[in-house]
Amino acid sequence: MASRLVEEYFRKETLPNIWCPGCSNGIVTMAIVRAIDNLKIGKDKVVVVSGIGCSSRASGYLDFNTLHTTHGRAIAFATGVKFANPELTVIVITGDGDNAAIGGNHFIHAARRNIDITVVMYNNHIYGMTGGQASPTIPRYDKATTAPYGSIDRDFDICKLAIGAGATYVARGTAYHVQQLVKLIEKGISHKGFSFIKAMSICPTYYGRRNKKGSPADMLKWLKDNSIDINKAAKMKPEELEGKIIIGEFVNIEAPEYTEEYQKMVERLKVSVK
Amino acid sequence: MQGNEAVVEGAIRAGMRFYAGYPITPSTEIAELCAEKLPFVGGKFIQMEDEIASMAAIIGASLAGLKAMTATSGPGFSLMQENIGFAAMAEVPCVVVDVQRMGPSTGMPTSPAQGDVMQSRWGTHGDHSIIVLSPSSVKEAYYVTIQAFNLSEKYRTPVVILMDEVIGHLRETVNLDEYGDIEIIERKIPEDIENYLPYKDIENGVAPLIPFGKGVRYHVTGLVHNEKGLPTNDTKIAERLIKRLVDKIEKNKEDIVMYKEKGEKEGDILFISFGSTSRAVEAAEEELKKEGFKVGIFRPITIWPFPDTRLRKIYPKFRKIFVVEMNRGQLYYEVDRVVKREGEVENINKANGEFFTPCEIVEKVKERIKNGF
Repeated sequence: MASRLVEEYFRKETLPNIWCPGCSNGIVTMAIVRAIDNLKIGKDKVVVVSGIGCSSRASGYLDFNTLHTTHGRAIAFATGVKFANPELTVIVITGDGDNAAIGGNHFIHAARRNIDITVVMYNNHIYGMTGGQASPTIPRYDKATTAPYGSIDRDFDICKLAIGAGATYVARGTAYHVQQLVKLIEKGISHKGFSFIKAMSICPTYYGRRNKKGSPADMLKWLKDNSIDINKAAKMKPEELEGKIIIGEFVNIEAPEYTEEYQKMVERLKVSVK
Repeated sequence: MQGNEAVVEGAIRAGMRFYAGYPITPSTEIAELCAEKLPFVGGKFIQMEDEIASMAAIIGASLAGLKAMTATSGPGFSLMQENIGFAAMAEVPCVVVDVQRMGPSTGMPTSPAQGDVMQSRWGTHGDHSIIVLSPSSVKEAYYVTIQAFNLSEKYRTPVVILMDEVIGHLRETVNLDEYGDIEIIERKIPEDIENYLPYKDIENGVAPLIPFGKGVRYHVTGLVHNEKGLPTNDTKIAERLIKRLVDKIEKNKEDIVMYKEKGEKEGDILFISFGSTSRAVEAAEEELKKEGFKVGIFRPITIWPFPDTRLRKIYPKFRKIFVVEMNRGQLYYEVDRVVKREGEVENINKANGEFFTPCEIVEKVKERIKNGF
């Protein structure tokens, strides 16, 4: 299975990838590929747009129409692509630094417009490409090169932000729960509107080492042991959920989609579109 | 018709079908008119959350196959710079209109200035070349906008239309039919798409751009890349890429440059100015002519690349050169580079938010030459 997917969906001349041993970016990238493969979308109709950072390098490895943009701006580029040609399936690959810090404004406004793009955010709590600085999603008091005594910032709950901004599909998965992650991405891509999937990832090299999280296997196991399905979590007390990762679908609703709304407006104006 | 309106008319005539922008005076009419008109010509308009996103969206739209434009003024132009560099590096055709106002920073909203001459050339980081056009009338704003799209398609580059508040808001009676048939350059999809290399030097230093979704899958990145568009750290490839990005514009300069000349071909004074300032300069020329001076005007419409070949031919026949601009001296440096003889280039500047009057230009010229040439 994996070898067929590599054969079919990766630009083999670009491999091996630049990611460190033990990095989970490969798992998440493969989950995206599996989702696209399951949905049987032709490769020519898929556009993968990414920003800057470790995870954003994924676009270069993938054999789609790929656009590796500037730091934080992937969603704004993707908005241009999708709006110009709504027939394309547009998927954004981004990281927590890229999307939650420098790209936050584009993220909330794309959610507000409910434009039909799917954003997969690889969340590893740090900026990997620059050597492990704290990102807005680093758990409070965890360490990073720019938070040597522990981060005093509150960490950003990006799923809540997405919901608040109007995203119509919001889910969280992990690099351990691969089957579920593939399904969440599949549903996000199929969903008409702005979809956001947060993929909890591991960075053993910077976040793991500095916070004594053990080996890559230990870190994946930690994801397994500390993730709670949203349905199960609903029956638990808040104190029991302290420090846990709730996984599953948070929002899946229908609402007017941006490019369709524009088209409707054009039709209302009774113009013949070339 | 207003200058900003002429830009929109020209853009639609040139085939612009995607506009993304953010409100800022004195450019806002361009966004408003695009919002009004584009739905009727099969085009798309989107108001983005800021100028960074606007620039990003037009690059994305251009890659998806639509001719795209954004418009702004100084503060927004500053925000766009990183993505303008992306468009230069990834060779994505697009048009950026900067209706200049007085800066730096918020400056004096929104009084006229021409302070973005150097920013339009070097605003983004790294070695690159770029095309910058500056119209001096409403009619010319229309024509220049069409050429901006043509040049951006031909050379796969961002093109900046460097307007100023005076031209943007100026109303003049124009007959756009006067231009007759203007050639519009469209994207050509090559027959052999099997072996398509998006970054190979095929014609004019570039390869034709095949939009996303047409059956050719390739990578677009701001990283140094090979002919396939894939990132590389190979220094030879990097050298070749950067040289090509600069050469495709500098070596085709004679095809790109536009300028206008007026008045004497030789004499006492050669004025060099662009945009709205040249209107005051033309009036000053009339005045000086009456007083017996022999005056010529050289007005670059293409600011970058600067029409230096032409200037080299004409300037030696004049005794004194005056560069007149609404800033503390920017195009002056470029003229000074071209004119090697010392002491001949003088600048007449104004940067207080007020437009030049012909009288003050005349006075300043006389003051500078009172002890002879």
